[in-house]
Amino acid sequence: MTDPNAELMRENNPSTVSETTVIIRSRTMRDRVIEAVLPPLVALLVSIVVGDLLILAVGQSPGAVYRLMLEGTWGNAYGFAQVLYKTTTLICTGLAVAVGLRAGLFNIGAEGQLAAGGLAAALVGLALPVGTSALIAVPLCTVGALAAGGAVGFVPGALRAKWGAHEVITTIMLNFIVLALLSWLISTWLRVPETLHTQAIHAGALPRLSAAWSAFHGSASNGSIAIVLFAALILGWYLFRTRGGFELRAVGLQPEAAENAGISVGRTWIRALTISGALAGLGGINFVLGYEHYYEEGFATGAGFLGIAVALVGRSNPLGVVFAALFFATLSQGGLAINALVPKQMVDALQGVVILAMAASVPEVRRLLALSRGKR
Amino acid sequence: MIPRAPAVRMAGIAKRFGDCLAVRDGSLEVATGEIHALVGENGAGKSTMMRVLAGIYPPDAGTVEVAGRDVTGWSAAQAIDASIGMMHQHFMLVPTLTIAENVILGREPTRGLAIDMARAEREVAATAERSGFRMNVRQLVRELSVGEQQRVEILKTLVRGARILILDEPTAVLSPPEVRELWRVLRALRDDGGTIILITHKLDEVMEISDTITVIRAGRTVARFPTEGTSPAFVARAMVGRDVVLAGDAPFASSKATAPAFAPVLDVRHLVVAGARLSRAVDDVSFTIQPHEILGVAGVEGNGQSALIEAIVGLRRATSGEIRIAGADVTSLSVSERGVRGLAHIPEDRHLRGLILDYSVADNLILGRQRAYQKRGGTLDRARILADARAAIAIADIRPSNPMLPARALSGGNQQKIVIARALARQNFVVVAAQPTRGVDVGAIELIHARLRAARDAGTGILLVSAELSEILALSDRVAVMYGGKIVAIVLRGEASEAMLGPLMTGART
Repeated sequence: MTDPNAELMRENNPSTVSETTVIIRSRTMRDRVIEAVLPPLVALLVSIVVGDLLILAVGQSPGAVYRLMLEGTWGNAYGFAQVLYKTTTLICTGLAVAVGLRAGLFNIGAEGQLAAGGLAAALVGLALPVGTSALIAVPLCTVGALAAGGAVGFVPGALRAKWGAHEVITTIMLNFIVLALLSWLISTWLRVPETLHTQAIHAGALPRLSAAWSAFHGSASNGSIAIVLFAALILGWYLFRTRGGFELRAVGLQPEAAENAGISVGRTWIRALTISGALAGLGGINFVLGYEHYYEEGFATGAGFLGIAVALVGRSNPLGVVFAALFFATLSQGGLAINALVPKQMVDALQGVVILAMAASVPEVRRLLALSRGKR
Repeated sequence: MIPRAPAVRMAGIAKRFGDCLAVRDGSLEVATGEIHALVGENGAGKSTMMRVLAGIYPPDAGTVEVAGRDVTGWSAAQAIDASIGMMHQHFMLVPTLTIAENVILGREPTRGLAIDMARAEREVAATAERSGFRMNVRQLVRELSVGEQQRVEILKTLVRGARILILDEPTAVLSPPEVRELWRVLRALRDDGGTIILITHKLDEVMEISDTITVIRAGRTVARFPTEGTSPAFVARAMVGRDVVLAGDAPFASSKATAPAFAPVLDVRHLVVAGARLSRAVDDVSFTIQPHEILGVAGVEGNGQSALIEAIVGLRRATSGEIRIAGADVTSLSVSERGVRGLAHIPEDRHLRGLILDYSVADNLILGRQRAYQKRGGTLDRARILADARAAIAIADIRPSNPMLPARALSGGNQQKIVIARALARQNFVVVAAQPTRGVDVGAIELIHARLRAARDAGTGILLVSAELSEILALSDRVAVMYGGKIVAIVLRGEASEAMLGPLMTGART
């Protein structure tokens, strides 16, 4: 066994490796796939085991609970459609956190940005005359959501760039400010009396998926998932194919080197958090344009914070985020399905276990993988 | 007389990292009470051998004996307990703690539950004084220059009672007086019965300080001989496996004598830069660099060189004064705007500023010029990036030659070749080269020096900042000496010598 301190030093000291390690070939595609897939699988296994214990502790049979969970999600068309609905919002908040992480920033403000995006989409939809073509109204409402989320994201970016205020603090605080502000706007001017929501939008509604697949009948899943998947695609292209993404990732990996290369680190931070906020804001269209057609206070409470887990599990990779969002949406929908057998809090606890297992096992599995490759 | 067991005996050592066999057949025998130089090119396996000895890595094969005891595969903690002290190439200090706190970290003297800081400071100061280090042990490490930080690292191993001291490239950041000071300390330690293993690839140091030399080439121990009676050329041949041109006896061919009078490519006038500790890190500095000229800046680290460089390349704001590139005032321009006007920079710390270690070699080669590779629509032209990278890799002899490898996977010397290749990829008015060969082996130094000379001959003006006086003397047409934030002298190369510059660098003569 080596000394843990020495281990730590090596981890924190890349030069120790670079001095001696001359890898002759780059990692093969197979290595990459294993690296991407194996750690989450191990984490899932760990979560299932811990979940078993939790379920046993409340006196239920794990097999029955998991069966019910699967049946309620992937097992029938309605359940699956509901998973898709929840996935849509989580992709947005997951992408938002991911793009921040790529620039070396931790955006905890997706919650507020998401709400702001939702209200903006509703306000644009209310401002448009009744009967405006969806071809015009949907893009306008979507741009409204992006712009509002982006504006909320811009603030911590600018605060960090100009005055060095740490974005973790400012984004958390901004959540309170934005949510309180929205709540005040709704309760003072915008709400339909006796409710916490606005009037229904005049234009910009997206069709439900059940319009195309009748099996999805009754589910909230809607056309916004296409827009959101397109956004994930665009983000992937931006991050890995364009100059802007090249500079953004450079700033995230090594800000001093980026600065030396003439990249403005502050401006890149502002850009990253604005994009981040815009993506979170985009999530608002799922509920507002796709489901209820109005803005309602607390329409997606928790989705912003869950986006952090989605981004971490998805390794800040747009494709990874899509799959991670699908996974967390399944857990969330599955929680409703097993409500009869176990308390709802149980599913929240399980979600926490998954996040902890990911956080702990992903680096560990990767270390073991690297080690086993060394032995080969 | 019973022959005493050697202090260290390593035989048949092999160590693999991933697909790379860092050491394939390493052996080493160090007698008690000697200074033993372990020499070899970058990536030859010197550091790996020493990390195996210090218990940081277990060897895949071979045996390690310390004072006759088989300790193969021991832990770093066990090695420290057995009085092995390893001083790393890169510092492991906590910047926000004081010197004394850093030194006692992990073995704090306590009184009751509290740390007995008074006692700690007393003890650390005593050891520092005994070893001839002048330092205030209450000073924060953050405020120290690189050279000073290194002395703290040495102090750390001494305080922990190291009797077998491993030093990995200790002089890379030191000025000649500091090096002499280090030699004094090491000799005193040896005469006191201590054993010292010195990893280095500087031949003059090897010749001056060591008693015995072991040469490692490509993971194999190829020679072991006493220093007395050998020559630098002989050691260099053993290291590289062929004849090399050494920096000192390089043919000096400046085209300056024949060059017509040009306007200066770099004109620095009354430059003042605010410092963290000193009120002025750069204090009213003026100089010019002509085309076809290398101006070397000699000086002990921490005398304002870093601030001067950062102000010239645009990373730090000048408090007052003026900087002109080829006649144009760039004082208030950004890094990239200065780049457009013909300035390139080889930063002193390649891991911090020079490279993005997780980016590929190809991406690092275009870093800073990514705009030139942008296609319509904002995408980067991957095909052109790769093609240019392949060409640059061939010219700069970057190994391995795969442009898709992350920069992290390359040895220090090859990483530096990336940084140099990028800076010299196009015709510049001015190149600011800071410590261009720090931690780089003889073969790579030869190559890097040749490229700097070629750029100079092509008309570029070069500001060379180096802690290596031999490098300054080998390359510069004129030498400026920096001390206390000021340029205290500028002399022509013919007038400059180590004996003359040494006192200037320490402020002894102005």
